[in-house]
Amino acid sequence: MLDLLTGFVGELRAAGIPVSLSEHLDAAETLRHVPLEDRESIKYTLGATLVKSSTHWPAYETAFEIYFSLRGPGYAIDGEDERLDETSTEDDPSNQPGQGGRQGKGKGGGGGEGMTPEELADMLYKALLGANNSMIQAVARQAVSRYGGMEAGRPVGGTYYLYRTLRNLDLDKVMERLIDQARQATSAENDEAGHAGPDVTLTPLEERLLRDEYQSRIDKLRKEIESEIRRRLVADRGSEALARSIRKPLPEDIDVMHATRDELVALRRSLAPLSRKLAVRLARKRRHGRKGPLDFRSTVRHSLSTGGVPVDPKFRYPRPSKPEIIVIADISGSVASFARFTLHLVHAISSQFSKVRSFVFIDGIDEVTSFFEGVDDPSEAVHRINTEADVVWVDGHSDYGHALTVFWEKWGEEITPRTSVLLLGDARNNYHSSGSWVVKEIRSRARHVYWLNPEPRAYWDSGDSIVGEYANYCDEVVECRTLRQLETFVGELA
Amino acid sequence: MSSDQSDMVPGSGALPEQITSGFPEAGPPRFDSIDAVRSGLARVDYLADDGISGVVYLADRLAKPVLVEGPAGTGKTELAKSVARLTNSRLIRLQCYEGLDESKALYEWNYKKQLLRIQADSGQSWQELEEDIFSEEFLLTRPLLEAIKSTEPVVLLIDEVDRVELETEALLLEILSEYQVSIPELGTVRAQQIPLVFLTSNNTRELSEALKRRCLFLHIDYPQLERERAIIETRVPGISQALADQVARIVRSIRSLDLKKAPSVSETLDWARTLVVLGVESIDAEQAKDTLHILLKYRSDIDRASKELAGLDTTG
Repeated sequence: MLDLLTGFVGELRAAGIPVSLSEHLDAAETLRHVPLEDRESIKYTLGATLVKSSTHWPAYETAFEIYFSLRGPGYAIDGEDERLDETSTEDDPSNQPGQGGRQGKGKGGGGGEGMTPEELADMLYKALLGANNSMIQAVARQAVSRYGGMEAGRPVGGTYYLYRTLRNLDLDKVMERLIDQARQATSAENDEAGHAGPDVTLTPLEERLLRDEYQSRIDKLRKEIESEIRRRLVADRGSEALARSIRKPLPEDIDVMHATRDELVALRRSLAPLSRKLAVRLARKRRHGRKGPLDFRSTVRHSLSTGGVPVDPKFRYPRPSKPEIIVIADISGSVASFARFTLHLVHAISSQFSKVRSFVFIDGIDEVTSFFEGVDDPSEAVHRINTEADVVWVDGHSDYGHALTVFWEKWGEEITPRTSVLLLGDARNNYHSSGSWVVKEIRSRARHVYWLNPEPRAYWDSGDSIVGEYANYCDEVVECRTLRQLETFVGELA
Repeated sequence: MSSDQSDMVPGSGALPEQITSGFPEAGPPRFDSIDAVRSGLARVDYLADDGISGVVYLADRLAKPVLVEGPAGTGKTELAKSVARLTNSRLIRLQCYEGLDESKALYEWNYKKQLLRIQADSGQSWQELEEDIFSEEFLLTRPLLEAIKSTEPVVLLIDEVDRVELETEALLLEILSEYQVSIPELGTVRAQQIPLVFLTSNNTRELSEALKRRCLFLHIDYPQLERERAIIETRVPGISQALADQVARIVRSIRSLDLKKAPSVSETLDWARTLVVLGVESIDAEQAKDTLHILLKYRSDIDRASKELAGLDTTG
């Protein structure tokens, strides 16, 4: 067991979750106190000792499923001839145990390969309709063995099998069927009750609630299928190999430029708390950063309670200057999501700056500051940028030279010695002229010029990237590929 | 001051075992099993899930503090209160805020009384006087020291620990890992019993690694549908099952929307109570719309939710 735990901790560390030695010891201690056959409790209590941040929980859960998957009751791997009464131990007895469960048992136990797709679809439909957990599990198993097409030793990740299984089950259609059925049920009820009206159906509220209910059941099914696939993969390849192949980076470590759509959603979700935390931290830093000079009046006032002895000296709070920020962002396809995240973050903490102005460009340049004014939610403004900003001049391919020149002509005057300028982009200029003299001019006028590049450092100055040319005139060029790096940079800026 | 006082345990006289052991004797375990925790909490009207009961059980067994994190209004503070009620312990609460310091959290010397003592000259030498004014009589105990010194069982709740500054967190470290407080003038005060400690955090900032490492971590999220329904039924007297079910389902739908602030459990309970008071038997779109302001606290959220839930109501 301890070996298993050590392997598990190693896997967590490899997935990027920091686990210290003392936490590892705690986890080992945990196993002494919690009954080993209680898998759920082990999962939560081990989690409590090892995982100290809720964003790391999904990664932990995945790793746990892999390492401890074969060790629960009712998790027999024998595919077809498993007995459903084993699984039904986990069934919540309050959830309509009788009829649905027995039916599922009959079919699941006897059927296996002999089941037609129609029967399986029917069983799925019934399972979802009755919210019967053991039946949903049974369907998940059947579906995986039927449609997953899993082959031993094939080096593909679980997502491939998941995709295949889900495509064949066609859950959208099942959903429609469930809703239809509910509609008919209500209208039938209405008919019986005597409200004879052809258009009496579910109210939108009811329909919405039903839809959410079915959606949650379908999500449960999807989870079952996922874990079923994972179980089989573990049986095939062993925990460690599998963990390696399906390990995913934590949200803050995802490479923004190459994020998939799911990852982008995860990123967006973690952006809001991140910017909030950053804002709180900076506000505190400002208030409590240094002590100012002695506040004589306040000190004397407070000394009254100690009989005139100034026990507790009071200090004035310093008022540090707030920088002005100008953000100039490339929003052409390749770096668009990165620019959006940065704009979002900068504006979310705009109270830390005396002024924030944003410009976006592809080959033309446009000011977008007004989009952020009076909006509570920066993501709305970011959305408007995509649709409304006028950034295409000729062909919609990045042209840094032209964009910078126009910026200098129109707004160059407004850069003051209090301004920090942030340039965002990969500096892939499609072999246009660089316009780096503008950066030089900006540098001579502004307090700082920073360039944030979302590309890995190794790719800089390869192909049409000319970031090196701009770097000559910047205070610093920063590699900014993940949210973590971005947060660090913005935090230091304020 | 003399050196032989440095390890004195105030209040009870010096207890040599405690000094040598370095760690307070763990009392008998409070709970027999995880299920006992769960059923016990249910008795005091707190419905725990696997995670919550498991971690509370473990906290008792390992004598470790629990760091409870999660969205506002999901029952973090309530958990500590319920555990206190369940174990018949005294609840000592330290509400954290920005600017909280040693003198408010741990202990403070009673300057005024010390000044009086000095002024009321009784002809003592300075040596004697100094020992006198730095004795326990002149010590004001604050929540943390109080929890340590108490001889009866105690649940210590350190509420919203994310509000204190990073530096102040360090104050907590000694008490959380060793269950002791060092007072330079007096020596080290060790715990008479090991209190169950709960720290809550709304996650407005990242807590330091040192603090997290010493705690068990528990994330309380919005409850699943079934649990929320059960919570409504226990906490709202006189609610019908059908209405509780409907409330829980509507709340789940609202939470799935992209809102600024999703409705918390406590807001859900408020809403359910309102509906009971209004004598509502089953919610229709109109009523939901009229009472949404109890669930949601932002104008834009209310607009959005009422549009999603009811605004499309054309047939009704």
